[in-house]
Amino acid sequence: MLPEPLLEIKQLKKFYDIKTGWFQPKQQVKAVDDVSFTVYKGETFGLVGESGCGKSTTGRAILRLQEMTSGEIWFQGENIAGLSYEKMRKLRRKMQMVFQDPYASLNPKKTILQILTEPLRVHGLYSQEERVKKAIEILEIVGLSEYHLHSYPHEFSGGQRQRIGIAKAVILQPELIIADEPVSALDVSIQSQVINLLLKLQRDFQLTYVFISHDLGVVRHITDRVGVMYLGKLVELAQTEDIFTDPKHPYTKALLSAVPITHPDEEKDRVILAGDVPSPLNPPQGCTFHPRCPDCMMICKTEKPPVIDLGNHVVACHMYST
Amino acid sequence: MNQTTITSTGVNPHPVNMLRKREPKWQSFLRRLLKSPTGIIGFLIILGVLFLGLCGPWVAPYDPNQAELSKKLLPPLSDGHWLGTDQLGRDIFSRLIHGSSVSLIIGSCTVLFAGLIGTTLGLIAGYFRGWADIIIMRIVDVKLSFPFVLLVLVINAVMGAGLQNIIISLVFAGWIIYARVVRSEVLALREKEFILSCIATGVPRWEIILRHIVPNLFTPIIVLSSLQIATYIIAEASISFLGFGVQPPQPAWGNMLSEGKDYIFSAWWLITFPGIAIVITALGVNLFGDWLRDVLDPELKGN
Repeated sequence: MLPEPLLEIKQLKKFYDIKTGWFQPKQQVKAVDDVSFTVYKGETFGLVGESGCGKSTTGRAILRLQEMTSGEIWFQGENIAGLSYEKMRKLRRKMQMVFQDPYASLNPKKTILQILTEPLRVHGLYSQEERVKKAIEILEIVGLSEYHLHSYPHEFSGGQRQRIGIAKAVILQPELIIADEPVSALDVSIQSQVINLLLKLQRDFQLTYVFISHDLGVVRHITDRVGVMYLGKLVELAQTEDIFTDPKHPYTKALLSAVPITHPDEEKDRVILAGDVPSPLNPPQGCTFHPRCPDCMMICKTEKPPVIDLGNHVVACHMYST
Repeated sequence: MNQTTITSTGVNPHPVNMLRKREPKWQSFLRRLLKSPTGIIGFLIILGVLFLGLCGPWVAPYDPNQAELSKKLLPPLSDGHWLGTDQLGRDIFSRLIHGSSVSLIIGSCTVLFAGLIGTTLGLIAGYFRGWADIIIMRIVDVKLSFPFVLLVLVINAVMGAGLQNIIISLVFAGWIIYARVVRSEVLALREKEFILSCIATGVPRWEIILRHIVPNLFTPIIVLSSLQIATYIIAEASISFLGFGVQPPQPAWGNMLSEGKDYIFSAWWLITFPGIAIVITALGVNLFGDWLRDVLDPELKGN
C-alpha cells in the first residue's frame, strides 16, 4: 500500500528583515530557506538540528502561527499557505500543536476545565455538558483525573502541564500534531513518560506527528523518518534507521557522533566540528556548512549543493553529485 | 494524628481540589474578603464615602451653603461645628459630606470612561499594530506634549464650566495614560506562548482578545485606576482653583481646598480636612484595589 501524503511543504521560506540602523541597507536573516518535505499519514516525522537552525520556525510556519515569506503548504490536498484567518481557524481542528514550554503555553488565569473545553467550544462541537464529559475523558487518557478540573495551571508540575497541553491538542481528534520540542523542558524521568503518552495517543487516535527536537535519542526512539536541518536548510532526509546507521551528510555524521555512547565497550569516531554556527545574517557562500565541514572541497565554497536522491535518502551535498 | 491523615488520603487522593469544587462566586468573594484585613479596611472606607455621598443631605448637621458671617473661621470643635467653619461661616463638616458626592462622581466617572476609552484604544494599538498603532500612539504623543492642566482648561473654556464638562475634559486628557499602559502590556502578552496556543487551537480573534488578553490586563488597570481616582479628585481642585471647576457655592473637596488656601496660615482647618478626606478616599481605593488584584490572580488566591 502506498503511503498517503498528509502534509506537503514546498519551498518554504521565512526571512526576517533586520534593520541595523538608519540609512543602512536592510539585511535579511534567512531563518528557513527553501525547505521542502512530505509527511505521510500515520507516521512520525522528525525535524532535528541545533538551536537556531529554523526547525521551530518551520513548525510554526506550517500551522501559520508565523507568516512565511513564500512557499506552499499542502494539507489534505489543499494549499493552506494563503488562507484567511477565519478559513485557517476552521482547518485548525485537524492540525494542532504541542508547545515546548508547558509553563508558558497555558493561560495562567484559566482553569483546566476552561482550557480543555475551549477547543471544543470554539469549533462548535458538542453541548456544554458533553464538553465537560469529554474533558474528563481526555484528562483520564493523559493520566490526570477529574479532580484536577477546577485547578489552575500553576498548581501542576511541568510534566502534568505538558500532559494538559497534549490533552488540549488531542481533544479535537486532529489528523496532525506538530510537537515543538515537547519534552525538552522536562526532567529526563518525566520525558519518557510523556513520550510514551504521545506514542499511545498516536496508536489510539491514528495521529500523524511532526516531531521537532534536538534530542537525537528521543528522535531515534519515536520517529519513522527524519529531516536534518542546518542554518535554515534541510541537509538530509531519510528513514530514521538509515540516518542513524548510515548518515550521508558530513553535518549529520558530526551530529550523530555527539550522541553519548550507551555501552562502555563500544567505540566510535568522534567528529569534532571546528568553529561555531555562522551568523545567519551573512551565511557563507556556496554550501553554508563548508567552513566547518571536514570533507570540504573547492566546489563547496562557491556553489550551492544540489539536492541528490540516493533512493529514499535525500542529501544536499556535493560529495554525492556525480 | 498520623493515622487519620493516612486514611483520609487513602479515601480521597485530592482533598484540596475536592474542596475547591464549585463554590458559589459571591461566597468565595466574601470568604476571601474576610481573610484580608487591608481588603476589609479599603472596602469599608469606600462604603463609608459612598454612603456619605448618597445620603449626605440627611446626614449633614447643617445646610452646606448657609453662610453666617458672625461665625466665620471658627476653629474645630467649637459651637457645634465639629470641623469648624470657613471664611463665610459655613459648616466645614457639612460641606465635606455634600462635597463627597461631587468628588466621587468626578473620580469614578473619569476613571471609568478614561479607562474604557484608553483600554480599548491601547488594545487595538497593541494587538493589531500597523496603522492603527501608529495613528493612536501619535495622537497620544501629541497629547503628552500638552500640559494636562492646560488641555483641561482649554476644553473647559470652550465648553463652559460644570460637572459634566469637567468629567469630559478630564476623560479627554486622561485616557492616554491607559492607552500607553495597556498597549505595552498587550505587546508583551500577544507574544506569549499561550496566545499562540489559542491561535493554534482555532480561537476566533475577538475571543482571544476578550477571553485571553483582557483578563490578563486587569492587574495593571486596577493598579492604575486606584492611583488615578485620587489624581482626578485633586485635578478637580486644580481646575477649581483656576475658576473653571465646580462653581461655588456648590461644595466639592477640590474647590474647598482652593478656597481655603488663602487662609492656610490663619485657619489651617479650611484645607486640612478636605485634604484628609481626599487622602483617606485614595487610601481606601488603593487598599481595595490591591486586594482586588490579588483575588483576580489565581496564583495568589488563598494566600
